[in-house]
Amino acid sequence: MSESLITARGLTKKYGDFTAVDGIDFDVAKGESFGLLGPNGAGKSTTMRIIAATSRRTAGTISILGRDPEEHGPQVRAHLGVVPQQDNLDTELTVAENLYIYGRYFGLSKKFVKGRVDELLAFAQLEEKKDVKVEALSGGMKRRLTIARALVSEPDILMLDEPTTGLDPQARHILWDRLFRLKEDGVTLIITTHFMDEAEQLCDRLVVMDKGKIMAEGSPAELIKKYATREVLEVRFGSDKNREVAPILHKLCDRIEELPDRILMYVEDGEALLEEIVAKKLHPNTSLVRRSSLEDVFLRLTGRSLIE
Amino acid sequence: MSKWKGIITLVAVGNPLFYLVAIGIGIGVLVTENSGTSGTGGVEYIVFIAPALLANTALLGAMDETVFPVMEGFKWRKMFYATNSTPITGPQIALGVFIAALVRVAFSVFLYWIFLIAFGVMTFQDSWLAPIVAMYGGAAFGALMMGIVAGVQKDDYFLTVLGRLIITPLFLFSGTFFPLTNMPIFLQPIGWISPLWHTTELGRYFSYGYEISGLMLLVHFLVLTAMLVAGIKIANVRFTNRLLK
Repeated sequence: MSESLITARGLTKKYGDFTAVDGIDFDVAKGESFGLLGPNGAGKSTTMRIIAATSRRTAGTISILGRDPEEHGPQVRAHLGVVPQQDNLDTELTVAENLYIYGRYFGLSKKFVKGRVDELLAFAQLEEKKDVKVEALSGGMKRRLTIARALVSEPDILMLDEPTTGLDPQARHILWDRLFRLKEDGVTLIITTHFMDEAEQLCDRLVVMDKGKIMAEGSPAELIKKYATREVLEVRFGSDKNREVAPILHKLCDRIEELPDRILMYVEDGEALLEEIVAKKLHPNTSLVRRSSLEDVFLRLTGRSLIE
Repeated sequence: MSKWKGIITLVAVGNPLFYLVAIGIGIGVLVTENSGTSGTGGVEYIVFIAPALLANTALLGAMDETVFPVMEGFKWRKMFYATNSTPITGPQIALGVFIAALVRVAFSVFLYWIFLIAFGVMTFQDSWLAPIVAMYGGAAFGALMMGIVAGVQKDDYFLTVLGRLIITPLFLFSGTFFPLTNMPIFLQPIGWISPLWHTTELGRYFSYGYEISGLMLLVHFLVLTAMLVAGIKIANVRFTNRLLK
């Protein structure tokens, strides 16, 4: 692994009796796109806040660019670009003013920030909205502006907490495209998400988190290979009948997951298995063969779906 | 704040002007007809209340520019969390809010003071320290409010209580419209803890030579200073802790 920008060991955060982050270890290398995947309440955002030097850990150690964020908060934050889960732009200011003022918080010169504002307006495709007040922007535009704002200081690490939650599919794809460009430019990205497709698109490596713990770690492909099969056959027999046929299906396949509305069967060849099922005179109402995804990995690791 | 220039100017001049005209002139006539100037230490009623209204302008301006920005920053629009994602720290944000409040207070106070001179209620030579004193009172109250609001979670409840049960009694029982000693003794402590009373007493001394002992001058000044220092200290701690969850 190349130079490690972030190293965490036994990182723990408690709020009273509740343990939000429970002794996790991880490293993030320079130029890497690192993901924290898990359902709501898994401890992803808390972990992000500790990295961002805006939350005090309860136990463990963490080093960001060689510094402890608790002792050197401002110095650590000077190297980070933070995109919070909810946009906290100044809605009374214009698009350009938001970028300019934020840039000045980093102590950057007026001249540098002005140049940076023009570059970032182009990057976020907001040139035409330059002098528009933020409150008039769409959700997707606000999100792009928040990301542009985080980039104003040319950070070493860009941290994105649920970057596309609440956006429509088109806005998501525009955003993914922008993030992909940053990744190509060598910016280190740390992303939390509960969207599988997002993690698969954007992350080189990820950790799956649940209840404050890391359940697994690896690239999306490695995780799928390790915790799922090549294909998944989804069959629906109707909610009452699913339970009846499950024991029979189990004889045909080593691993099945019974969900309330369907049964998932993990196999190398989904079509072949479907033929076997039909040969047994079991006729599912619907069937679908698909590639395994991180959703299946999560289901395997926790016994629960990601989005409940 | 730059977006609110117009309204700040209107409020700075308009609100105390209404009081000056309605009470200073309207009630002033009643007071003068019935007791001359004996109840107001030998000066016309309008001269007596002018320093109090100047102090009130400073304190209310300071309150507006600390209470609302701090609620916005922590709760309504959460902008302080964005600022704190940069190298800027909690105490620096608090200092920024405080300085902005002082700018507004200075603007409002000087504008109103010029008005009072134009109306012939104060003279430039006698009262040139009056706006400074009013600003000092505003700074003390602003710092205190900033420290308090930084710890407020339930804003609707807080704002109602603040407006109806704290600000109004302070305004009425701080020797604004009559000497505090006119009140029964059990009501006077409201004035003693009120930054408005301390600022008003200093303002009267520095605008028309109101008689006051050296000891009381010092007490007024020290009380305001204590509020200023305590307010800033509390704000610094609360800003830091609230941002670093």
